Amino acid sequence: MYETSYHRAGSLAEAAQLISNADDGKFLGGGQTLLPTMKQRLAAPSDIVDLTKIPELKGIREDGGSIVIGAATTHYEVASSALLKEKIPGLAALAGGIGDPAVRHMGTLGGSIANNDPAADYPSALVALNATVATSKRSLSAEDFFVGMFETALDDDEVVVSVSFPIAQKSAYSKYPNPASRYAMAGVFVARLGDGSVRVAVTGAGQNGVFRATAMEDALSGNWSPDAVAGIEVGADDMLHDIHGSADYRSNLVTVMAKRAVAATG
Amino acid sequence: MSKVSMVLNGKPVAADVEDRTLLVSFIREVRGLTGTHVGCDTSQCGACVVHVDGKAVKSCTMLAAQADGAEVVTLEGLASGGALHPVQAAFKENHGLQCGFCTPGMIMSAVDMINRHGAGNLDETTIRHELEGNICRCTGYHNIVKAIKAASDQMAGMAQAAE
Repeated sequence: MYETSYHRAGSLAEAAQLISNADDGKFLGGGQTLLPTMKQRLAAPSDIVDLTKIPELKGIREDGGSIVIGAATTHYEVASSALLKEKIPGLAALAGGIGDPAVRHMGTLGGSIANNDPAADYPSALVALNATVATSKRSLSAEDFFVGMFETALDDDEVVVSVSFPIAQKSAYSKYPNPASRYAMAGVFVARLGDGSVRVAVTGAGQNGVFRATAMEDALSGNWSPDAVAGIEVGADDMLHDIHGSADYRSNLVTVMAKRAVAATG
Repeated sequence: MSKVSMVLNGKPVAADVEDRTLLVSFIREVRGLTGTHVGCDTSQCGACVVHVDGKAVKSCTMLAAQADGAEVVTLEGLASGGALHPVQAAFKENHGLQCGFCTPGMIMSAVDMINRHGAGNLDETTIRHELEGNICRCTGYHNIVKAIKAASDQMAGMAQAAE
């Protein structure tokens, strides 16, 4: 790891101040991606601003018809939340499948979505549940927040404060993890929202990160069953292709994961 | 350079270290506690697992500065007096190791999973799933799983006896 300066922000204002003082600063969510990347010398920020001790970024609470999760909430806290297990079980289950137990104790919701790894799990939940991202500057819909591979709408000095997830009637996530890295080669989150509308979001498979599978949404709207999506292929055109799997293979995985996710909602 | 202070295995410690110092380097090189191992460069192997404020974390994927003010427990902090922790004893009893390199991380992860699930509440499937972040390159998982199950059940018995 190259030399860097570590700062612990106690408030959003302090975080903004610290990052604007830095030559090439980076926010630290949980560090489970940033620190390995720095160890490989693939990233070399001059300064690291740790957001995890900012009180406004912590906690899980119910607000109207939504569950609001602070950006510095760990995957473990989301996975073990009794409130989430009751209200949005698919989201709790998703968090419980990220990385491994030690990673889940450190990694955070805000850190994950700000990084927008195309194989990360959370983006699919935000898009499928029609979540709203509250930042230090504004509110954004999930679809406006995720721009492309490792790219979000966040400005350099903008911090994710919380994410608001509308409580869904049904929710589930199914992923096919790469056997070595455990990252999703295809992950599908299916949701029937409070108003009855259906959303299906796919992560891990697309070249531009998370996307909605609208043909599956239409099919599930009329018939919420694994069979409804069994014959629907998202197509290989925009799929990732690498040593781990071809575009055709990933396209097929998306269909299989969608079936499993729908089946998991019971 | 920053001054980093923490309670390490029950003892307050402090040192001036470079900000880029990883927690595992602080533990091994600054404090000389070499029970915590480094088995990879990619945060995958889990040989470096320690407890920070009661939770298992990979000490190679955390800066020492992040642990400033925290309570950290390493493998060396598990035994009380001359008596091994029940998980350590079960690894010995069940031969839950071959070369032993991954053992520190395995034991720290095992203690953490027993804490989270409650003693006596672990079955083989859960244990194997929970060990996703700990790699044994001898592939000696079978006895590791047996050791964790035995420790979990034994600790449940101890808790019952104490009531």
